[in-house]
Amino acid sequence: MADIAIETRDLNLWYGTFQALFDVNIQVKKGMITSLIGPSGCGKSTLLRTVNRVNERLGYVRTTGSVDVLGQDAFGEDVELARLRKEVGMVFQRPNPLPLSIRDNVLFSHRIHRGNAKASKSDEDVLLEDALRQVLLWDDVKDRLNQNATSLSLEEQQKLCIARLLPVKPSVLLMDEPTSALDPKATAALEELIWSFRGSYTILIVTHNMAQARRASEDCAFMLLGKMMEVAPTADLFLSPQLPETADYIEGRYG
Amino acid sequence: MSLFARTGLDEHNRRVEWLVKTLFLLMTVLLIIPVALIMGILIQRGAPVLSWGFLTEVPTNGMTAGGIFTALIGTVWIVAVALLASVPIGVAAAVYLSEYAPDNWLTRAINLAIINLAGVPSIVHALFGLGAFVVFFGFGRSILAASLTLAVMTLPIVIVATRESLQAVPHAFREACWNMGATRWQTIRRVVLPNSISGILTGVILEVSRTAGETAPIMFTGAAAFLPFLPQGVLDQTMAMSLHLYVVSTQVPDVPDALPFGVALVLISMVLVMNATSIAFRIYLRNKRKW
Repeated sequence: MADIAIETRDLNLWYGTFQALFDVNIQVKKGMITSLIGPSGCGKSTLLRTVNRVNERLGYVRTTGSVDVLGQDAFGEDVELARLRKEVGMVFQRPNPLPLSIRDNVLFSHRIHRGNAKASKSDEDVLLEDALRQVLLWDDVKDRLNQNATSLSLEEQQKLCIARLLPVKPSVLLMDEPTSALDPKATAALEELIWSFRGSYTILIVTHNMAQARRASEDCAFMLLGKMMEVAPTADLFLSPQLPETADYIEGRYG
Repeated sequence: MSLFARTGLDEHNRRVEWLVKTLFLLMTVLLIIPVALIMGILIQRGAPVLSWGFLTEVPTNGMTAGGIFTALIGTVWIVAVALLASVPIGVAAAVYLSEYAPDNWLTRAINLAIINLAGVPSIVHALFGLGAFVVFFGFGRSILAASLTLAVMTLPIVIVATRESLQAVPHAFREACWNMGATRWQTIRRVVLPNSISGILTGVILEVSRTAGETAPIMFTGAAAFLPFLPQGVLDQTMAMSLHLYVVSTQVPDVPDALPFGVALVLISMVLVMNATSIAFRIYLRNKRKW
């Protein structure tokens, strides 16, 4: 199944005694944008955070079932978290650039992952420009690369947070409501950017914005109370939802 | 070969990670050793003299026999009066500095002064106390003079601890209050103080330990080497545990070996009991906290 990037099978997850995910099965296709929708607390973010295993830092999390990333068991014994997270990048709700220069932010992961190998300034410059061009930020910031990243606008910060994942060439990008801190114009810009990543990266994006899911994703998954209700091509899911719960939610009748 | 398998770089990172973690653990152990040794030696050598009588009798035979009752009660007096003086002043000052004071050169100068006050050696405080409270204010050598000297010395601890715990309360809570029409005081009273009380208590705990243990500042200002009776008020002199320990350890001939260890053990236990009580109270308060 070479065209599947992420596949979960009967994934259950507990926070202590609270069960957040119930037998979740989903296949996320390689190179596609898949959106996760559903009411707050339904387990969207939990599912997202299970794919690159950041949930584990909370000591009381327990999972059963399996998550395959790029055909490999993400919970396998020989999995090194650093390798997994290099391959699976994550973007958060609030832009969280590090308090470093724009340049150092973008090159941070590259410097972490290249170890002691030497990289010349010109190598770094190529990576830097490439990453910033991919997120359409290069022209705006090329003259102030040494400026502190926290001084950028929110939109620019969020683009930077995407750009800094790119130098280590990930295959999967997880995005947890990446536009909810942004105004409509910035949201549109971000959506356009994410849309342009189609084919190059596999993107799993959590959103509360129904219109966003519709505009900016190819597949859409609806979750409710920790269960995966329905997964379908976005157009189909919105035009002819199979379940009454899905219909209620996308039409704003839920709750 | 799996895509996420460990690489040479990961091996290196793991070794560094292990090394750093082990090193830091060692440092932590190193930190515990003196504490464990002090407690161990004190218990081993001081425990034999401990008895109900040791706590409830006055020293006799030129302080080579009998108990430590007068010193014990004296220390309670000194700590209590010092707390009564310094906690209200310290907390009020910290609330002012954190919640009301504008950010100008005067505030910054006051903050600097507080930091400097914390750095003044205790013997200098002792001389200040002697000049100010004993002589100038005419309290004489008394509990009042000794406690006020200790209060001045420990004020920075209370102020800094209080100010930091006030500042740890998110600013958004204050804004929420102000936007509902609450005054600054109402905000402080209902939201800021209740949420910072555990941090303030930490400061007070530190202060208690410091106050009970200091010797120099009370030597010149109100603690006597030997008194066969208890103080009747704050203008009396008194014995105190810390000074008593100093005296029986260095000034009195023919003291039984175990006696100073016994005194030290009781002094440390007093502080520990007070700390434990405050910590229990703090945990209780923290569990009540809503965020």
